[in-house]
Amino acid sequence: MSTTMTHDAGHHEEHPTGIKRWLFTTNHKDIGTLYLWFSFTMFLIGGTFALVIRAELFEPGLQIVNPQFFNMMTTMHGLVMIFGAIMPGFVGLANWQIPLMVGAPDMALPRMNNWSFWLLPFAATMLVAPMFMGAHFMDGNGPWFGWTFYAPLSLQYNHLAYFVFAIHLLGISSIMGAINIIATILNMRAPGMTLMKMPLFVWTWLITAFLLIAVMPVLAGCVTMLLTDKYFGTSFFNAAGGGDPVLFQHVFWFFGHPEVYIMILPAFGIVSQIIPTFARKKLFGYSSMVYATASIAFLSFIVWAHHMFTVGMPVAGELFFMYATVLIAVPTGVKVFNWVATMWRGSMTFEPPMLWAISFVFLFTIGGLSGIMLAVVPADVQYQDTYFVVAHFHYVLVTGALFGIIGAVYYWLPKWTGNMYSDKLAKWHFWLSLVSVNLTFFPMHFTGLAGMPRRYADYPLEFTRFNQWSSVGAFIFGFSQLLLLILVIKCIRGGQKATSEVWEGAEGLEWTVPSPAPYHTFAIAPEVK
Amino acid sequence: MSVSNYKKTARRLLGAALLLGSGQALAERFNFQPPVTPVAHDIYGLHMMTFWICVAIAIVVFGAMFYSIFKHRKSQGAVAANFHENTKLEVLWTIVPFVILVVVAIPATKTLLYLENTSDAALTVKVTGIQWKWKYEYVDHDNNDANNVSFISTILPDQIAASSSGNSARIDKLNTPEHPYLLTVDHDLVLPINERIRFLVTGNDVIHSFFIPQFGIKKDAIPGYVNETWAEIQKPGVYYGQCAELCGKDHAFMPIVVRAVSKADFAAWMTKKKAEAVKAAEEASSNKVWKLADLIKKGNEIYHGKGGCFGCHGANGLGGGPFPALKGSKVATGPVAKHLHTVIFGVAGTPMQAFGKQLNNLELAAVITYERNAWGNNTGDAVQPKDVAAARKAP
Repeated sequence: MSTTMTHDAGHHEEHPTGIKRWLFTTNHKDIGTLYLWFSFTMFLIGGTFALVIRAELFEPGLQIVNPQFFNMMTTMHGLVMIFGAIMPGFVGLANWQIPLMVGAPDMALPRMNNWSFWLLPFAATMLVAPMFMGAHFMDGNGPWFGWTFYAPLSLQYNHLAYFVFAIHLLGISSIMGAINIIATILNMRAPGMTLMKMPLFVWTWLITAFLLIAVMPVLAGCVTMLLTDKYFGTSFFNAAGGGDPVLFQHVFWFFGHPEVYIMILPAFGIVSQIIPTFARKKLFGYSSMVYATASIAFLSFIVWAHHMFTVGMPVAGELFFMYATVLIAVPTGVKVFNWVATMWRGSMTFEPPMLWAISFVFLFTIGGLSGIMLAVVPADVQYQDTYFVVAHFHYVLVTGALFGIIGAVYYWLPKWTGNMYSDKLAKWHFWLSLVSVNLTFFPMHFTGLAGMPRRYADYPLEFTRFNQWSSVGAFIFGFSQLLLLILVIKCIRGGQKATSEVWEGAEGLEWTVPSPAPYHTFAIAPEVK
Repeated sequence: MSVSNYKKTARRLLGAALLLGSGQALAERFNFQPPVTPVAHDIYGLHMMTFWICVAIAIVVFGAMFYSIFKHRKSQGAVAANFHENTKLEVLWTIVPFVILVVVAIPATKTLLYLENTSDAALTVKVTGIQWKWKYEYVDHDNNDANNVSFISTILPDQIAASSSGNSARIDKLNTPEHPYLLTVDHDLVLPINERIRFLVTGNDVIHSFFIPQFGIKKDAIPGYVNETWAEIQKPGVYYGQCAELCGKDHAFMPIVVRAVSKADFAAWMTKKKAEAVKAAEEASSNKVWKLADLIKKGNEIYHGKGGCFGCHGANGLGGGPFPALKGSKVATGPVAKHLHTVIFGVAGTPMQAFGKQLNNLELAAVITYERNAWGNNTGDAVQPKDVAAARKAP
């Protein structure tokens, strides 16, 4: 195949440079890179917001910001991390890897690919812009109503239109990205790669893309109703006008719960790529992994109201959503068991990607188990809107989704840059992150059980101790991420040359092309047996 | 010093030490606060059962994983096996978790039905979440709505002041066992023990949530909805709760304080409250013309207390952020009619509420008079209850 590659490269080796390369690119690798840098930038911005929150909560009393600004920080932290860091991070990985993994020369719709990326910087700007409006920055003029923007609270916000249009742009970008991914996977697989031979990462992204197409329009409808309530006198969510504030939550969480899986399914895929590589053993239960992913995706549409167990639903509704929610534990359990069974009697080594993948399995499972506790309605009445929930969703989103993305970067970075990275720096980054992330989020289980509500700018003295642990952990975790930045920059600049296989046990089409992957790959489709 | 004095001092010291000890215990709390209602006890049991099941699952899964990590490593000479599926095993680990979940779901269903059954209440209290205070209304204590006792419970201004000062020494000093920091309000919710109490929970402006951990209660307070929940308090004492649904700026500053007393004490308290209510109603509806100084004095109390005006417009009337200043403002120094209208009916699309529903004519007259004369506004206007009554009818 390498001969066909060289032959082909002669025709296509136009390689634009400078700003135009990035602005007008239709190359999936360039666009993937853009997505990943965008995601990392937003990750640092969202992380800074988190550190403001943790600094303020280090001790009782308001030392740094006022409550309004604090609310703005919790809101912007959530929005920036979800829509700016995690989702674009996964799309970046999809852009780089899906064509390489299915043996396609590029994404199916390259020009739309360019557009879906370039909407993002504008959307992000529009999202943060209101923070700088108003007389004083410290007043907190940005969105301050929580990332869930519940009506009627969000209707009290002055610059709501900015928020609404930012969400619209993000949604359009996501939908286009999803269409592109589906089109690529369904139409551009190499001959011989049947659906049930696709790598798990490709499978999970295919399912995720369908989830995106299904729910992003619901989010768009939700924010549009908010917009007309605020500016055009409708009363969708205004009880005084005959509207229904709870309707907002039903619509929002009908988007919101599948959204949770949008942020975790690709990470499942990543871990399912990494573990077999470093266990030097085929993935256990490939087909059950696929079916489990599809079941989780299906169930994600019928569990949304478990975010709303305290709104006063009819008992029958509460029972239905409790039963449906605990059911998710079954396919999720299957996945965890399969990963453990893949490690079982393997021949394991612990390079950085494997470290992140194993800690993903361990910590995501902790988040999954607290999820079972949360599904039990009467107990959820106690947990709801306390730090217990905050602990739960950070275990699935930070040590789940984020660890998945970081693991993927460590796994494929040598393929992208052609260089191996510093193992020593990678291990420092991993161990510091692992210890500090638990120091940050584990004590939150206790603060939550003791009854501290979330989104509180100040708290009674009994909650001090655990908040201090969380704050110390958060600062270590935050600054440790700069090691990743240093590592990536060093790896781009040079280092030991990577082979095309990179990892000893690696299997799949992406490892058949040279490292770094040439600008154009698979111009002639490879044959999959 | 006499012997009895020594004894008294010793007792006080011992008491202080015990309280400090309990404070310490609180600081180290890893689990729920002690339950004091039947529902809260059931929830606690359910919570611990689910927790231990999760621990057991974790031990099995992580045990297998770490065993594998230590034994099946290349550096130990492990050679990878070839298997990659096993139908029996896969069916087994689909069915076993399912069975475990059924085991959890059965008591969960039972407790849920118990906690959602709000019938046969001896006493009904309507709870309204307002930005950022709670209104309590004893609905049908004697089946006569006219005699309903109701009041608004607001955090004490000294708590907010200490919080915004960010000064730990000041906060520590303010925090006492009887008046814990951020959990101290002007009027406690007084309730009888050993009686089924039904709470009707609703919201005035945005969604709040009525959360009392030791009662096993959390119910969202939603405008346009009346949600129900209940409690039967088993022990006299003071119980604390906080708002659990983000409701804007002072979300963290609208605590719930319940004082649970014996039935006899509750009846006595209720009689006293009723007498007060009757007196206040008479005063507010009388045609008495109030002196400026009296109105300002009363208005000062409402501004910094029941009305909760200081929460947004500041103790100094300077506002902050999106909240307008009252000092020198057009509304507070302009025509009285506009000021009355703003306070009584609120401003749509902003957090400015319709206070006409929360305060009586005298209280409104007093607080408006205060705003028109404090912080150098010096308009000299003395707004009277009858002006408020007239303004309520204005279009």
